[in-house]
Amino acid sequence: MSVALMVGILTAASVYLFMQRGMVRIVLGFVLISHAANLLLFSAGDVAFRGMPFSHVDDPAQRADPLPQAFVLTAIVIAFAISMFMVTLAITTTTDDDTEAAPTAPAKLAAVAHL
Amino acid sequence: MNEMLSTLLPLLVVGPLFLGAFSAALRRSQRIRHGISLITLLAMLAASILLVVATADGTVLAHQVGLWEAGVAIPFVVDTLSALMLAFVAVLALASVLFAMATHEARARFYHPFVLILMAGVAGAVMTGDIFNLFVFIEVMLLPSYGLMAMMGAKLGADSARIFVTVNLLASTLLLAGVGLVYATAGTVNLAELQGAAAEDPAIAIAGAVVLTAISIKAAVVPVHGWLTRTYPMTSPAVTALFSGIHTKIAIYAIYRIYAMLFDGDQRFLWVGLTVAAVTMVVGSLGAVGENSTRSILVFHMISHVGYIMIGVGLFTTLGLTAAIFYLLHGMIVKASLFLSTGALEETYGTARLDRLGGMLKREPLVAVIFMVAALSLVGMPPFSGFVAKFSLIGATFEAEQWIIGGVAVIVSLISMVAMLKIWTSVFMGPEPEGLERRALTYQQAIHGKRYLRVEAQAEQPTLQVGPPTTGTAAVISGERHARVTPKLIVPAALLAVVTLGLGLGAEVLMQLAEQAAQGLMDPSDYVKAVIG
Repeated sequence: MSVALMVGILTAASVYLFMQRGMVRIVLGFVLISHAANLLLFSAGDVAFRGMPFSHVDDPAQRADPLPQAFVLTAIVIAFAISMFMVTLAITTTTDDDTEAAPTAPAKLAAVAHL
Repeated sequence: MNEMLSTLLPLLVVGPLFLGAFSAALRRSQRIRHGISLITLLAMLAASILLVVATADGTVLAHQVGLWEAGVAIPFVVDTLSALMLAFVAVLALASVLFAMATHEARARFYHPFVLILMAGVAGAVMTGDIFNLFVFIEVMLLPSYGLMAMMGAKLGADSARIFVTVNLLASTLLLAGVGLVYATAGTVNLAELQGAAAEDPAIAIAGAVVLTAISIKAAVVPVHGWLTRTYPMTSPAVTALFSGIHTKIAIYAIYRIYAMLFDGDQRFLWVGLTVAAVTMVVGSLGAVGENSTRSILVFHMISHVGYIMIGVGLFTTLGLTAAIFYLLHGMIVKASLFLSTGALEETYGTARLDRLGGMLKREPLVAVIFMVAALSLVGMPPFSGFVAKFSLIGATFEAEQWIIGGVAVIVSLISMVAMLKIWTSVFMGPEPEGLERRALTYQQAIHGKRYLRVEAQAEQPTLQVGPPTTGTAAVISGERHARVTPKLIVPAALLAVVTLGLGLGAEVLMQLAEQAAQGLMDPSDYVKAVIG
C-alpha cells in the first residue's frame, strides 16, 4: 500500500509540474514520473519478498524477484540520458527556458523569414 | 538454412550499432562515413529481403539471444510481417540518406552514426519478442532521433525538439509503467508466453491497454496527435522523410503485434480501434486541408494515414489485416517520396510556403512528375500502389459489414485529394511569384554561404562568389538566374516513386506476402511454437 501511495503522489506531482511554464520544471516533472514508474516496476516483483535476490544462503522463498530490479536498472539509465538531453535543450535554445512561445512554421521558412 | 539464418538475426542489430559507433569515431573521413552508412543500409536491405524470402511460406525464425532457455532469454523473432517491415524501412532510410547527402546535411559529423544507431533500434524493435526489450529498443530508436531533430540548430528546430522529447519521454514512461503492470499481473513480459492472456484476465487486459495507449501516443492517433504536426515540419526535409516511415510506423507495428498476441485479436475491444481509426482519418485529413505549407500538409496527412492503417487492427479479419499491412508498407514509400520531392523544392527555393512557390510545373517539370505520381498514389488512383491499398482496405470494411468506417474511408480519400490538389495548384501551377529567384539565391547563401566562402578562399584566386560550386544550384551572388533543383536532390524521390508504380503494377507479390503476414497475426501459433517450442 505504501508503494502505491508513493507512486500516486509522485505521479500527481509530476503531472502538476508538466503543466507549469518553464522547461526546467518540466524536466523535474519527468524526474518524478520516472521515479514513479521505477517504483511501480519494483512493486511488480511483489515487495513482500525482502531478501537479497542474489544470495546462495537465503531461502529462495524470501528472495526479491531479480527481473524487475534489472528492468529498473535499465530504465534508470535511459531516463537519466534523456533528462540530461532535456536539461541541455532547456539552456541552449533560447535566452530563457520559457515554453510558452508556439512556433507554427517549418524551420526552413523561419530561416528566411526576413526575405 | 533456417537454423543458420535465425542464429544470425542479432547481427541486424549489432552490425549497424557497431558501424555507427565506428563511424562516430572517424573524424575527418567524410567519404568513408558516407560509404559505411550506404553499405550498412544496403546490407540491411539485402538481409531483410533474404528474410522475406525465407519467411514467405509462413516460417517463423526465432533465436534466443545468449542461447538461454526459451522464456528466460530475450527472443529475436522474424515472421513475414517483421521481415517486410525491415525491408521497407531499409529502402526508406537509403532514400533519405541519399537526399541528406545531396543537401550536405550528411556532412555533419554525427549524421551517419545517428542514422545507423536509429536503424539498429528499428531492427531490434521489429524483431524483439519481449515487451520490456521493445521499450528499450524504442528508446534506442528515439535517442538518435532527438539528436537528428536538434541538429538543425535553428531556434525553431530546437523548440520542436523540446516538444518531441517531452511527449516521447512521457509516452515511453507510460509504456514502462504498462510493462510493469503486465509483469505484475501476468508474471512474464515474453510475448509468446503472454499469448491470449489479456483475453482471459481483465487485470492483464487493463495492463495491456496501458501499453497500447502508450504506443498509440507514439503512433500519433487522434486524441494525441498534436505533437507530431508541430514537430515534424520543423526539422529538415531529409529528417522528416526518415522519421515519417519509422517512428509512427514502428508504433503501429507494435500495436498490431501486441493486439494479435496479448489480446489474441479479442473481438470485444475492436470497436475502440475502429472508432479511433475513423476519428484519426477525419481529423488528419481535415487538418491537412487547413495547413499552408507543403510539409505541414503532408505531416497532417500522415495522421490520416495512421487512421487508415488502424482500420486493419480494428477489423481483425484476414482480409482487413492483409489490406492494412499492404497500406502500411505502401504508405511508408509514398509518404517519403512526397516529403523528398517537396523537400527538394524546399532545399532549393528556401521555403515550403504555398504562397511563396508557384509555376514549378514549368520550372521543375521532373519534380512535378514525381510529385504527381506519389500524390496520385496517395489518393488511391490506379495504376499506383495506393489504389490497390485503398481498394482492398475499403473492400475489407464492407466484407466485415462495417459500413460506417468504409464510408468514412471513402470520404476521407476525397478530402485527401483536396489537400494534394491544394499543393498542386499553388506550387506547381499558376504564375511564378515575385522574387522567387532572389529569395532562393539569398537562401542558398544563408545556408551554404559560409562553407563555400571558405572553399572559394582556398582557391588560387579567391573570389567573393558564394554558393555550391558544383552543379545546378549554383547561386552566384552577382550572377543572373541559377536556382534549380539538382539531379542529386531528385533521385531519391524518383526512386521511391518508381517503387510505388512497381508495387501498383505488380501488387500481386506484395499482396500475397501481406496475406501471409496477416495470417501470422490471425493465428500466432507458429510464432509461439517457434519461440517457446
